[in-house]
Amino acid sequence: MVRKLSTRRRHPLAGFVVLLFALVVAGGLYSAFRPAVADESGKSDAQLIAEGRQLYEVGCASCHGLNAEGIITERGKNIGPPLIGVGAAAVDFQVSTGRMPMARPDTQAPDKPRTYDEGEVDKLAAYIASLGPGPAIPDPEYYDVSEATDEQIARGGEFFRTNCTACHNFAGVGGALPEGRYAPSLHGVEPIHIYEAMLTGPQQMPVFSDEVLTPLQKRDVIAYIKTLEDQTAYGGLELGSRGPVGEGLWGWTFGIGALVLAAVWIANNGVRAERKKP
Amino acid sequence: MSSSTAARSKAGAASRSTAGVVTWLDERLGIGALTKKQLRKVFPDHWSFMLGEIALWSFVILLLTGTFLSFWFKPSMAEVEYMGSYANLRGLHMSEAYASTLDLSFDVRGGLLMRQMHHWSANLFLASMTIHMLRVFFTGAFRKPRELNWMIGLALLMLGIIEGFAGYSLPDDLLSGTGLRIAQGLMLSIPVVGSYISFFVFGGEFPGDDFIPRLYTVHVLLVPGILLALITAHMLLLVYHKHTQFPGPGRTNNNVVGFPLMPVYMAKAGGFFFIVFGVTALMGGLLQINPIWMYGPYNPAEVTAGSQPDWYMGWLEGGLRIMPNWETNLWGYTLSWNVLIPGVLLLGVLFALLAFYPFIERWITGDDREHHLLERPRNAPTRTAFGVAGMTAYALLWIAGGNDILAYEFGLSLNAITYFMRVAIFVVPVLAFIITRRWCLSLQRHDREVVLHGYETGVIVRSPDGSYAEIHRPINPVRAYELTMHEQHTPVEAPAASDANGVPAPAQGKERLRSRLSHFWYADDVSKPTKEELEAAAHHATNGSHALEDGHGPASGNGAHLGIETSGIVGGQDFGLEQKPKAP
Repeated sequence: MVRKLSTRRRHPLAGFVVLLFALVVAGGLYSAFRPAVADESGKSDAQLIAEGRQLYEVGCASCHGLNAEGIITERGKNIGPPLIGVGAAAVDFQVSTGRMPMARPDTQAPDKPRTYDEGEVDKLAAYIASLGPGPAIPDPEYYDVSEATDEQIARGGEFFRTNCTACHNFAGVGGALPEGRYAPSLHGVEPIHIYEAMLTGPQQMPVFSDEVLTPLQKRDVIAYIKTLEDQTAYGGLELGSRGPVGEGLWGWTFGIGALVLAAVWIANNGVRAERKKP
Repeated sequence: MSSSTAARSKAGAASRSTAGVVTWLDERLGIGALTKKQLRKVFPDHWSFMLGEIALWSFVILLLTGTFLSFWFKPSMAEVEYMGSYANLRGLHMSEAYASTLDLSFDVRGGLLMRQMHHWSANLFLASMTIHMLRVFFTGAFRKPRELNWMIGLALLMLGIIEGFAGYSLPDDLLSGTGLRIAQGLMLSIPVVGSYISFFVFGGEFPGDDFIPRLYTVHVLLVPGILLALITAHMLLLVYHKHTQFPGPGRTNNNVVGFPLMPVYMAKAGGFFFIVFGVTALMGGLLQINPIWMYGPYNPAEVTAGSQPDWYMGWLEGGLRIMPNWETNLWGYTLSWNVLIPGVLLLGVLFALLAFYPFIERWITGDDREHHLLERPRNAPTRTAFGVAGMTAYALLWIAGGNDILAYEFGLSLNAITYFMRVAIFVVPVLAFIITRRWCLSLQRHDREVVLHGYETGVIVRSPDGSYAEIHRPINPVRAYELTMHEQHTPVEAPAASDANGVPAPAQGKERLRSRLSHFWYADDVSKPTKEELEAAAHHATNGSHALEDGHGPASGNGAHLGIETSGIVGGQDFGLEQKPKAP
C-alpha cells in the first residue's frame, strides 16, 4: 500500500489529489469548529435595537442626524427628514428596495440594489421603531395575494384606478411628476413593499392609512397590480403601455413608414420594362 | 363599342363571356361611352402622388371595420353590471357603451382585431391626409385652379379630426371621458355662450346620459356622410383638373404624362388598397391600441397618467399644457385665456391660415395663371420656409402634448420641458423659417452650379505645375432640363408714385405692401442659367478639359477659368483673387 502510494507520488495528477484532500479536510475542520452563527431570531429586542443603532450611526446618521432627529439646512430644507415615528414599515421599504441609503442628494431616491441584508434591515427597523410609535412591518396575510379571488381583484382594480393610476399610469408602468420627480413603475415590486409604500407614503407618494384603505383593501390593490404584471397582452405588443403617445409614434413610424415605402415601390415598378438610369 | 372590340380581339371563352356581359351592359346603360374617357384618365408616376390614396383606402377600411363594430356597439349610457369574460372588471357597474365595447373586445369573434384595425386605420387616415396635404403644399399643387380642392381637402382633414375624436370618445372608458371633459372645458371657455353650448351639447351637466348616443349619430351617420360627399367632390375635381406632375421633358403645363387608369393604375391603385389593408390588419393584429379594458370605465373621480388624445389632437393638448394660467375677471365673469387661446383660438388660427394660404400667396405673388406643373420646394423658398416653420410649431406643440411621457422616459423635469416650450414655440419656428429659406436658396445655387459646370466626378487631376483640379462632367440633358425648366419668379413692382407728368398717383398703400411682400417672397431667388450662360459654360468646359489634357496649368488663361467655373479647384495659387461669376 505504502509502496503503491510512493510509486504514484510523481503521477501528474498527484498534486491535484493532494490539494483536493487538503481542501476537504480544511473545510471540514472549519465547519466543525467555526464559531456558532448568531441566531438573529433569538436576540432580544434590546440587542437588535443596539445593533441597529450602530448600523444607523454608520450608514444613516450623516443625513438623518445622530438621534434620527433629521438635519435641517440653513434655508429650512431637509438634508434628511426626522425618522422618529416613521415606523419599521418605512425602514423596511426604503432600505430593502435599496432607496436608502441614497447614492447622492437628488430629487428622488431611485430603487437600486440593496446595501443592507435582511438581518441588518431588521436591526435598523427595530432601532427606528424604538424611537417612536409608527407603522410596523405588515403580516404576510395582508400582502399574500396568491389566493385572491376574481372579485377581490376587480375590487382592487377600482381602488387602483381611483387612487393610483393618476401617478402610476393605468398599467402601473409609472409616470412623471413635477420637477423631475416621478412615480416609479410597479412592475416587479414585492407585494410587501407595495403594502409598505401605501402605508408609509414614501417620497412623493401620499399615505394611504388604514382608515383610507383598510388592510384588506390594500391587499386587493396589490392583487390587481400583480395581475397587471402577468396579464395576457390581448391586443398584441403593448408599445410600452403609455397610452396614445406610443400608439401615435408607431402609427407614424411603422404604419406610415411601411405605406410610404409601398407607395415608392408601386410608383417605381410595374409598367416600365427597364428602370430608368439617371 | 370600343371595350367590346378590344375584348373580342382576345381569344378564349372567358374573355368572350366577359365581353358578352360588357356588351350587354353597354347596350343598356351606355357605360362604354360614359366611362371611356375616365378609364383613360392619366396618372403620372410619382410616389408622393399616392399619399392621398393611403387616406382614401384607410377611409374604406374605416367604413368596413366600422360597420362591423356597429353591429355590437351599444351607444347607451344606461348603467349595467358587467358579466363578460374579462375577469378584472366583472361585477363592476358601467355604462352600456363601455360594457358593449368590452364584449366586442372579448366575446365577439374577431371583435378586438376589428376594433384595433378601426383605430389604427383612423390614425393612418389622418396621418396620410396630413402628409398628403404637406405634399400638396410644398409642391405648390394648391395653386390655381386647385384652391377649392385644397379647401375641400382641409375640410376633410378637419372633419377627420372631429370624427376621430368622436370615435375615441364613444367607448366611455377612462381616456374617453377624460378627453370629453377637456372638450367640455374648451366649450366652457368660449365667452358668453360657453356654458349654454356645453349644456346644449351634453343635454345638461357633464357627462349626462345624452352625449354618447348623440355622438354616435354624429360618428356613424353625419360626419361619415359629409366625409363621403366631400371625398367624392375632391376626386371629381381631381378628374376635372387632371393630375399635376413634376416638370420634365415632354411634361408641360398643358399635358399630363403618365399611365392610364385602365389597366395600369387600376392595378396599381387597386393593389395599393390591399397593401394598405394588409398593413392595417397587421397593425390591428400585432400592435395593441386603445386597451380600454386597462383604462376601466369612465369615472369623473379617476384619471390616469399618460392621458393623451390620439396623435391628431396632440398638438392642441400641447398648447393647453404649456399655456400659462392666465385668467381675466370681468364684472364677475371669468375669461379663461388659458383654455380659450390654446384650445379654441389656436385651432381656428391654424385652419384659417391653411384655408386662406392659396389666396394669400396668390395676392402676394400676383400670379393669376393656371399651374399644372409642380414646383420643387427649393424653387419656392419662402413658401417652403413658411411650411417648415408651421411644421416646426406643430411639432413643438405635439412634443409638449407628451411632456409627461418625455419627462418620465428621458428622466427630464416636466417643468423644464414646459418652460422651454413656452419660449421655443415663438423662437424655433422663426429659426426654422430662416434656416429653411437659406437652405432652399443654397439648393437653387447648387442646381445652377450643376447645370452650368456639371457634376463633380470625384476625379482629381494634377496639372504639371502641381495644382489640382476636380474634373466636372456635364449632367445628362434630361436632368439639366428638369433643373432649369422651372419658372423664374419676378417680384411685383410697386406702381410709380407719380405718372410721367408728375401727377402723384392716388393712395396705394396696399400695392406698396404687396410689392414689399412680393420682393421678400422672390427677390432672393437665384436666377436660373440663361441660354448664353449655358453655352458659355459648355464652351469653357470643352476648352477647359482640353487645356488640362494639353498640359496647361490652371495659372494659364483657360485653366484658370476652368478652376473658377468648376469651383472645385484645390490649391490654385491665385484662386482667392479671382472673382467667382456673380449670380446676376
